[in-house]
This record gives sequence, C-alpha cells and structure tokens, in this order.
Amino acid sequence: MDTRRESEVAPMKNRTTVERKSERELVVTRTFNGPARLVFEAWTKPELFRQWWVPKSMGMSLLSCEMDVRVGGRYRLEFAHGDSQSAFFGTYKEVTPHSRLVWTNEESDEGSVTTVTFAEKGGKTLLVMHELYPSKEALDAAGTGAADAMGETFEQLDELLVTLGASLGRS
Amino acid sequence: MVQYARARLDASFAALSDATRRGVLEQLGRSDASITDLAEKFHMTLTGMKKHVGVLERAGLVATEKVGRVRTCKLGTRRFEEETAWLEKYHQVWDSRFDELDKVVEELKRKEKIDGHKKRE
Repeated sequence: MDTRRESEVAPMKNRTTVERKSERELVVTRTFNGPARLVFEAWTKPELFRQWWVPKSMGMSLLSCEMDVRVGGRYRLEFAHGDSQSAFFGTYKEVTPHSRLVWTNEESDEGSVTTVTFAEKGGKTLLVMHELYPSKEALDAAGTGAADAMGETFEQLDELLVTLGASLGRS
Repeated sequence: MVQYARARLDASFAALSDATRRGVLEQLGRSDASITDLAEKFHMTLTGMKKHVGVLERAGLVATEKVGRVRTCKLGTRRFEEETAWLEKYHQVWDSRFDELDKVVEELKRKEKIDGHKKRE
C-alpha cells in the first residue's frame, strides 16, 4: 500500500530550489503543472491564497488574509502560533496579470522586496521568487527567524504529508 | 542570542564564498590532514594555506590541533550542519507551501474543465 502511494505521488512532484544569490538575495524556483493565469490567480485571490500559504506543517494558522492586488494596494496576513499572534503586511508595487508581482514587506525597516514572476511554457509555469533584503544582516535574521518559527514542527512533516495525502485520496 | 547567531552566519557564509576553502572542506570531509598536506594538494604556499585554514577555523567550520610540530586540521562538523540547516529549513517552508499550491492549481484546472464542458452543453 505504501509502495502504491509513492508511485502515485512521486512523478507529480516538481522540485523546489532555493539559492542564496548574494548576501542580500534569495531566489526560490518551482514549476507548476498548470497555466500561468491559474498560478497567478492562486497568488492574488485571498480565498485561494489562504489555502496554501500556511501549510499545516508550519504549526501556524492564518486568522485573516486581506489582499488589495493592484499597484499601491495593500495586503495584510494575520497568523496565530500557539498563544501568540503576528502579522505580515506591505504594499503591492507592480501587478502584471499572469506574469509579475512585486510587493514590499513593511513590518520593520529591514523588510524585503519580493518579486514573483510566472513564465508559462507548454502548459506549465515556471515560478521564480526573488527576495531582496536591505542588508545582509536582515536576510540572515529572516532565515534564522524562519528556522526558529518552524522549529520542531518539521520533524512531523512527513507524517503530516502522509495524512494530507490520505485525506486528499478520500475526497 | 540573535546577534550571536548572525555573526556566526556571516563568518560561515564568508568562509564558504571561496572555492579553495570549499575544496579544503571537501578534502577534510574525506580525511583529516596537516596544513602541509593541504598546501601541497592545492598547490599553495604554506602561508597561503594557513590563511585559508584560519578563516575556516574562525567560522568554526574547521578545527585544528597542534601535535609536536604538525598542525592537523579536521572538520568542525556542527557549524557546517547548522549552515546547511539554515537553507534547508527555508527550503522546507517553500516546498511545503508549493506542495499545497500544487493542489490549488490542480483544483482550478479541474473546475475549469468542468465549466468548459458546461459551456459547451
């Protein structure tokens, strides 16, 4: 049974790459098996965005998600993790339907600028996410922060994915 | 604590930015070696190699021990693992997010197909 599940899931999965391009930049890439307009939709419609931005394995939940996706429009995400809450907010700087999104992150003076591009080829979409931090220290802190936030919950990742896979199979 | 973690990361990334130093780490991953061994292997002067080893040592990536007249170098493994762990955790966050995004895209494709059939009917 385990073998069967692997053979069903494995060929579908595309690889996520993460590269520290410079002291201040991180680049994440992934290909999705769908046209750019659908992938773009999933990044820009709050009801879709909230389905994937906080996977269960992060040990957090999304309390609210507001997105005014247009140049100068703002976004605000509120999270709960355990007893504490946090928010992630900023402004959209560029919005080019189905191909490019740029936003700032404004929780602190050390916030990043994120550029996401969607390139469609043969019905698939290559997504490139580029994060630029104001300083090397800000990027190091972001990484360390993310690592702290994820903490032990990642040890349960495999388990959760199996559970998710199983519940998906049932629906 | 955070400052300390940042300073270590800075030192580690700086140490890893040089091809020779990465080569030295790879070499030490196979076996411990003296600075003389390393200098010969990488066709460098003893002084040059001492500098590289010094950078790696300050970043905690290499540990050295002097026995008699020979200084032996070996991997300071824990730091190196921390370094990798930093990017690995970041990778895990995005990989698990994108696994969920995959499901959303699949669902949108499925809906479009159904809507498309309805329109044709």
